[in-house]
Amino acid sequence: MSLTAYILIAIIKLAILLWLLLTAVAYIVLMERKVIARMQNRWGPTRVGPFGLLQPLADGIKFILKEDVIPDNVYKPLYVAAPMIALILSLVSISLIPFGGQWHIGHYHVPLEMTAFWTGSGIQDINIGLLIILGITSIGVYGVALSGWSSNSKYSLLGSLRAGAQLISYELALGLSLVGVLLLAGSLSLRQIVDGQSGSIFHWNFFGGWQFIAFFIYIMAAYAETNRIPFDLPEAETELVAGYHTEYSAMKFAMFFMAEYCNMVTVACLATLLFFGGWHSPFEGLALPVPDIWLAISPLFWFFIKIFVFIFVYIWIRATLPRFRYDQLMAFGWKFLLPLSIANIVVTSFVLAVRS
Amino acid sequence: MIPLSWYLILGAILFAIGVASFLIKRNIITIFMSIELMLNAVNLTFVAFASHWHQVSGQVFVFFVMVVAAAEAAVGLAIIIAVFRTRETLNVDQVNLLKL
Amino acid sequence: MLHYLLFFIFAGVCLAGALFFLFQRHPVNSALSLIVVMGSLAALFLMLGAEFVAAVQVIVYAGAVMVLFIFVIMLLNAGEEERTRGSKVALILGVPGLIVFFCLMYWTLALPRSQVGHVSIGDFYVSTQQLGIALFREFLLPFEVTSVLVLIAIMGAVVLARRERH
Repeated sequence: MSLTAYILIAIIKLAILLWLLLTAVAYIVLMERKVIARMQNRWGPTRVGPFGLLQPLADGIKFILKEDVIPDNVYKPLYVAAPMIALILSLVSISLIPFGGQWHIGHYHVPLEMTAFWTGSGIQDINIGLLIILGITSIGVYGVALSGWSSNSKYSLLGSLRAGAQLISYELALGLSLVGVLLLAGSLSLRQIVDGQSGSIFHWNFFGGWQFIAFFIYIMAAYAETNRIPFDLPEAETELVAGYHTEYSAMKFAMFFMAEYCNMVTVACLATLLFFGGWHSPFEGLALPVPDIWLAISPLFWFFIKIFVFIFVYIWIRATLPRFRYDQLMAFGWKFLLPLSIANIVVTSFVLAVRS
Repeated sequence: MIPLSWYLILGAILFAIGVASFLIKRNIITIFMSIELMLNAVNLTFVAFASHWHQVSGQVFVFFVMVVAAAEAAVGLAIIIAVFRTRETLNVDQVNLLKL
Repeated sequence: MLHYLLFFIFAGVCLAGALFFLFQRHPVNSALSLIVVMGSLAALFLMLGAEFVAAVQVIVYAGAVMVLFIFVIMLLNAGEEERTRGSKVALILGVPGLIVFFCLMYWTLALPRSQVGHVSIGDFYVSTQQLGIALFREFLLPFEVTSVLVLIAIMGAVVLARRERH
């Protein structure tokens, strides 16, 4: 493949992916409002468009047209930069997520991933992809921490102090919960991890790899990393007004909002890739009669179905659970999740050593 | 192909900046951060030499440096918090009770 | 050519960050410029074929150690540094020391006769697996000893930062 074609394909992929992600974020917000409303016996947004489907558009227009208030006494460079850091870092990590195998368009092989390319005999992606995603998430703390500090407000500062401590604590459990999967796959490349789970539903790491404890640790730590209920202490509105983004308005506030939902999507993607077989269908190996066009679409279909389920669970939990107290949160992370994830590593490596 | 010495010179300059800010800065947290800068400069030379001599051990040593740096940061920041509690200042010039 | 370009970009960012670190008076700005230095060092590590070290550099240094620093800066509400009289010894010894240091660097490294060799992209590449094998076979004892060190550091940090109860 020539360099021009390669760059062109990369740009097209980038545009599609970015558009898809941002639209998805807008509609996840709508879905969250609708689902929570139904769970609380309300209607949710219904007025804009049929079933309220144009509500995200209205929200976007509102955010853009609102006055962008910059309070006095903020530390301006960081106050402006903080939401950008948060949003950019949450957008970057999607580029490392593989969505499926590859498509043959003309005589080009196009892998369904931003940062992968066709070598002539196989697909090559970044071989430390998982580590890079973890690195990006760990830098993502700065958006939250700096916004609170630069706002020069006590609520923001308390919110970002809470966020800093919470994110560092839960990152340990998050990282250690993935070690079991890595031991099974023997690779840090997301594509190879998914390839190791092909077959049927019983080859997925969650079922076949006995990683369900790791999955629950991962999902709880990830909820804490994305500041969602029941771990949304940094933005607890009953205690801290709005936490770290108290002083933000208009587009800057929208950036934090979008960053949070992008992170949710990334978390859902990682959970799918690492524990639930990625784009592989649960009925693989059953030899069902399917048309060719379905073979091309089916990876994307299954991938998006799985992500949708995770997002739905996110919303479901938000509608169900109350918030932790801060000391309970810390105790839960350090005294329960961390030892449990270490135990999971020990057991998994022991089983693997006996088996080999 | 670029000369190994460029990496080494970069590491040396970073180390020199770290030493300079260690001596110039008066804020105890910033002084502590300049130690981290020096350690990073040393890590760069380790990795550059590992690449030059085709040895894995240089990179393994970087790990140990990182572990020591992380442990040092934890203990050092705890000391800083303890100092701030008793002296209510972060300026190293004012933490001079033991000075004659 | 690509290697030159990448080296100059990241080395330039690195040096700019370090100089910014030196000349900023506010600890938060210093900490942020140090993060920039660490990020560009990670890129340089990648160019030297140390991918795992680069990832760990970002995760551990930029993502954990520096977050801890910023956390403490926010917790103690450290303001702009007061400009006090710097130590005279540093000035008297520092400037000649710096000159001697750079002369020495130039003499040992930059002169054409003392060419130490070249490195290039893709010349040497350490996979995570190789690094793990080296770490857990050759360097097992130092690895175990560092775990004791980390344990002591945790206990020390807890004891030091705990508020005394009266």
